[in-house]
Amino acid sequence: MEAGLLDVRIWRGGDEGAFASYRVPARENQTVLDVVTEVQRCFEPSLAYRFSCRVGVCGSCAMTVNGAPRWTCRTHVKRVADDGALTIEPLRHLPLVKDLVSDVETFFDKWTQVGVFEGTATRAEPPAAVAPTSRERAAADAAIQCINCAVCYAACDVVGWDHDYLGPAALNRAWTLVNDVRVADRHGALERAMGEGGCHSCHSHGACMEHCPVGLSPTASIAGLKRTAFWSLLKGRAA
Amino acid sequence: MSERHLYALQRMTALVMAPLVLVHLILIVYAVQGGLTAAEILERTQGSAGWALFYGLFVLSAAIHAPIGLRNVMREWTPLKGRPLDLTMLAFALLLIVLGLRAVVAVVGGGG
Repeated sequence: MEAGLLDVRIWRGGDEGAFASYRVPARENQTVLDVVTEVQRCFEPSLAYRFSCRVGVCGSCAMTVNGAPRWTCRTHVKRVADDGALTIEPLRHLPLVKDLVSDVETFFDKWTQVGVFEGTATRAEPPAAVAPTSRERAAADAAIQCINCAVCYAACDVVGWDHDYLGPAALNRAWTLVNDVRVADRHGALERAMGEGGCHSCHSHGACMEHCPVGLSPTASIAGLKRTAFWSLLKGRAA
Repeated sequence: MSERHLYALQRMTALVMAPLVLVHLILIVYAVQGGLTAAEILERTQGSAGWALFYGLFVLSAAIHAPIGLRNVMREWTPLKGRPLDLTMLAFALLLIVLGLRAVVAVVGGGG
């Protein structure tokens, strides 16, 4: 590496594309997203990438950085650069649109496939009184802070092998619905999570948990779904 | 049969097989160490209801357990899915039962 410069390789084009190399000045407190932005502004105006909030809330800037899926806006270059070298690619397991932009439609389709929040109460009723210390609320709280960045989806090997697999994020979402006492059809959420391509397809490799930028454990949520499915079967309930 | 039924069956048959595998392995070591001949082994097993039950249960558990695991592997690694895959695995389970029980009969049957 030349002093003060980063060797950056960025994927350009579609599936048949190739890497392009850039020399980007190394700066203090520089994030990977800063590097991509600098390349786009200074060297490659046609470079396509996706970002929005830049502070780790919106979940739109995830890319593959030196082989691992990461949220680029909160990933400091000095933490991941390999002797000043960065290789930046789009997220795995999603169709590529162009450059660093993946099509996340399947990811969100699977997310909604497990169910969306539909409560029993109306706006006219007072808020439900849910004890934060209850077992179910604690389980839902542990999984609720997902930012939908698709890092877990890209990290999961099973998603790569089995295209019908719902993936860690959707199943993690299902676990929050199953444990939310305000949800009208909790059995339905469990039923959808344990269908074909559901929680039982998980190998418990833990890659989702390892890579989740906000420190969630979809692995634990999926294990919870399997456990709930197992005991409800033994107790003779439909779901 | 739903995914959760298959999952539960696979786990429960694993529970059944865990001690059976251990006894089976110890038995092999014992028979080999003791220098028993095939004839001596058959002498002990033929007509034994205990060994018939032990290995019969082993065969049935394995015949349920293995095709469920293989089904997952096949679904991930081959284009075979859905009903054709289920029927293939059912055939595999039946094959294991037939071959396994045939072996059990050969060890515990006859003689006397």
